[in-house]
Amino acid sequence: MFSYILKRLIWTIPTLIGVTIMVFSMVHLAPGDPAVAMLGEKANPQSVKELREQMGLDKPLYTQYYIYMKNVLHGDFGRSANSYEPVWSEFSDRFPATLELASMAMIIATILGVLAGIISAIKRYSIFDYTSMFGALAGVSMPVFWLGLLLIYFFSVKLGWLPVSGRLGYEFDIEHVTGLYLIDSLIAHDYEAFWDAFKHLILPAIALGTIPMAIIARMTRSSMIEVMKEEYIKTARAKGCSRFQVVAIHALRNALMPVVTIIGLMLGSLFAGSILTETTFSWPGIGKWLVNAVYQRDFPVIQSATLIIASMFILINLVVDLLYAVINPKIRLR
Amino acid sequence: MRKLLISALLLATTMAYAAPKYGGVLVFGRSGDSVSLDPAHATDGESFYGSKQVYDTLVQFKLGTTIMEPGLAESWEVSDDGLSYTFHLRKGVFFEPTKFYSERDELTADDVLFSLNRQLLDTHPFHKVGGSYKYWGSMSMSKIVKSIEKVDKYTVKITLNKREAPFLSNMAMDFASILSSKYANALMKKGEAEKLSRYPVGTGPFVFQKWVKDDKMIFTANESYWGGKPYIKKLILKVITNSSVRAAELKVGSIHVMDFPNPEEIPTLEKDPNIKLVKQEGLNVGYLALNTEKVKAFKDVRVRRAINHAINKEGIVKAIYAGFGKPAYSPIPPTMWSYNPDIPKYTYDPEKAKALLKEAGYENLEFDLWAMPVVRPYMPNARKVAEAMQADLAKVGVKTKIVSYDWGTYLSKGRNLEHDACLLGWTGDNGDPDNFLDVLLTSHAAKIPVSNRAAWKNKEFDELVAKAKVTTDIAERTKLYKKAQEVFGREVPWVTVANSLVVEAVRKNVMDFKLDPMGKRIFNKVWFDK
Repeated sequence: MFSYILKRLIWTIPTLIGVTIMVFSMVHLAPGDPAVAMLGEKANPQSVKELREQMGLDKPLYTQYYIYMKNVLHGDFGRSANSYEPVWSEFSDRFPATLELASMAMIIATILGVLAGIISAIKRYSIFDYTSMFGALAGVSMPVFWLGLLLIYFFSVKLGWLPVSGRLGYEFDIEHVTGLYLIDSLIAHDYEAFWDAFKHLILPAIALGTIPMAIIARMTRSSMIEVMKEEYIKTARAKGCSRFQVVAIHALRNALMPVVTIIGLMLGSLFAGSILTETTFSWPGIGKWLVNAVYQRDFPVIQSATLIIASMFILINLVVDLLYAVINPKIRLR
Repeated sequence: MRKLLISALLLATTMAYAAPKYGGVLVFGRSGDSVSLDPAHATDGESFYGSKQVYDTLVQFKLGTTIMEPGLAESWEVSDDGLSYTFHLRKGVFFEPTKFYSERDELTADDVLFSLNRQLLDTHPFHKVGGSYKYWGSMSMSKIVKSIEKVDKYTVKITLNKREAPFLSNMAMDFASILSSKYANALMKKGEAEKLSRYPVGTGPFVFQKWVKDDKMIFTANESYWGGKPYIKKLILKVITNSSVRAAELKVGSIHVMDFPNPEEIPTLEKDPNIKLVKQEGLNVGYLALNTEKVKAFKDVRVRRAINHAINKEGIVKAIYAGFGKPAYSPIPPTMWSYNPDIPKYTYDPEKAKALLKEAGYENLEFDLWAMPVVRPYMPNARKVAEAMQADLAKVGVKTKIVSYDWGTYLSKGRNLEHDACLLGWTGDNGDPDNFLDVLLTSHAAKIPVSNRAAWKNKEFDELVAKAKVTTDIAERTKLYKKAQEVFGREVPWVTVANSLVVEAVRKNVMDFKLDPMGKRIFNKVWFDK
């Protein structure tokens, strides 16, 4: 087991180097001088020269890459060309927001998705089955920003139940501990702030969680149907297990195998892919930050943020593989 | 007697209505976050939204105009040779303490020296802190300023390398904001010099409290502000990227002022009984520059006039700016002092255009028309403007091909004069006509890399602008700039397209919110009715 993890970790190194080379060449092969693009109409020879020096663009490409890699290996991800703040601190300022949103979305998606999938599977061809599977199809097909705007329109503007955007009302001020507002407000025993932060989370989490929820629901349903046909289910029934026992203990555990894989994969993409949701709900996370960096051609941010996200993705995949072994002891890790 | 009483009563009620009230939290919904709170490092408007609340400049613009008034300098004198400026600082102005810096230091000449010398002198300990000083560079300040000296505790003398009347306007720009030298040195001692751009301590109308990146900035009123205590108690700048979401926030009342509404949202916002619109002509101009260096036909003034007559700019502004702009006729916007309304307007007249082209012998003219790939304040959609121009020009027999590049390439190629004709524009930096005419149209700006995209060279124009640059008397300068605009109107190296209008949507109970032509957002005179 340990040697397996070690092997997997070593294998991530060439992958990550590949990622850096790809991202590095992509940003540098894009046409146009980034210094001129950043300065716009106001660019003059002096200001362009100074900015190019600051960004290190005056050196040959391979030197730039060498310097970059050397710094990364020393734990220095460089500084944003725009704000001149260290990329790592810019990232860690925003990551908790994305983590909180993505986790909430994933929790909603998993609970509702798995539940809907199970019920649809055992009550196959019922009205519930048809409506939830149609709902799932609609959920997958709906653009997130559009869904987000619809949710805002109904729940915030028309009904006035939930806040329109942001993470927390301005009347609250909670101390930064973890950066996760739900947890920080509990630490500070500020339950009003907790409730407010929770209310702010609901709409964006639903918007972000809809697609994963739909996928999980469909996946659970088909997997459950498959499993319910197995001989051991018949055996369990014959043994006189209750319907609940059959479904929850004998069927579900086996049916969840492919679902866990999908959840793991989606978790990675949720972190990186919450861009649209974050933009719609003005959620101050990494998705929005990365989009801005691309617009402003902030090379150091694009490079390092991609590297950080790629590492996270690889790590999550590893964790999913390990989880496999926990759920299904038949799988031996080599 | 009764009549008198009634009118007195009426007067009293209107006066009571108009008297500003103190209190309230104002939330301003904006489209993006600040990059930095150090105005000397920032170049984007969003950053200045934040820093403007905290910092002051030596001189400043009267709210809503381009007219200069005293700021942190109570008064100033210019020497007879126009080379040295002596500023007398206001006494008893303090850098207000914050959560992270508890000293209350008085503003002195040292602070002015610190704020400007760190940009001028490459030996200054703060010269390398926080990246390059982009605006100082783009205003060529190192060429203008020779030295900055302390005369006494409250007096600063700035000596220039050459006579430069617009220098004073430059001192009203954000990059020339006055920061606290004591605070900066305290940071430097702790090895945290870079915090200067994130934790500002200033003399301005508001005191900085907190900045959650991409989310919000919180300020409280500076109770002892030298320009008068602000009416609102707290100011929050909240980032709401999506314009429809900003509009929704405004409708439910969770924000009070909404930055940059989309043109499509204006009608529904106007219908809302709780919302009103505030408008201001922006200090900008969008234009089509005809490259007189590369295209032979453009050397002929008749061709340039023909193109001006051929393009229906009134139609373009109506269709593409959708109420957010006005057709432009002069290279400087109408809000700028010295604007000349009497220069030729070149009204839409295809017949005349055809005749002029025939006379010049260019009936089958063809050229590439360049369009920016990005939205700019002076042009919401350059591609559509180019398409409309293409259609108009086709009507007079001129064939054009629309060309576009990514933004960086577009600017670089334009600076090298690779275009035949290109769309571009300019937003005023310092409210001085020199900042448009000298930068965009003189022959010294036509040397590669150019900022004079038409590469237009006219001796008469050059002389007028150069003379105005060294004249300190405003009335005299006004005359010179008016004449320079006449020359432009006669020679038309550009097709001036439009000056855009800035529109903001605000809640009805937000009073005295005035927009600033330079694009700043100022809140110290804003108050809540009810």
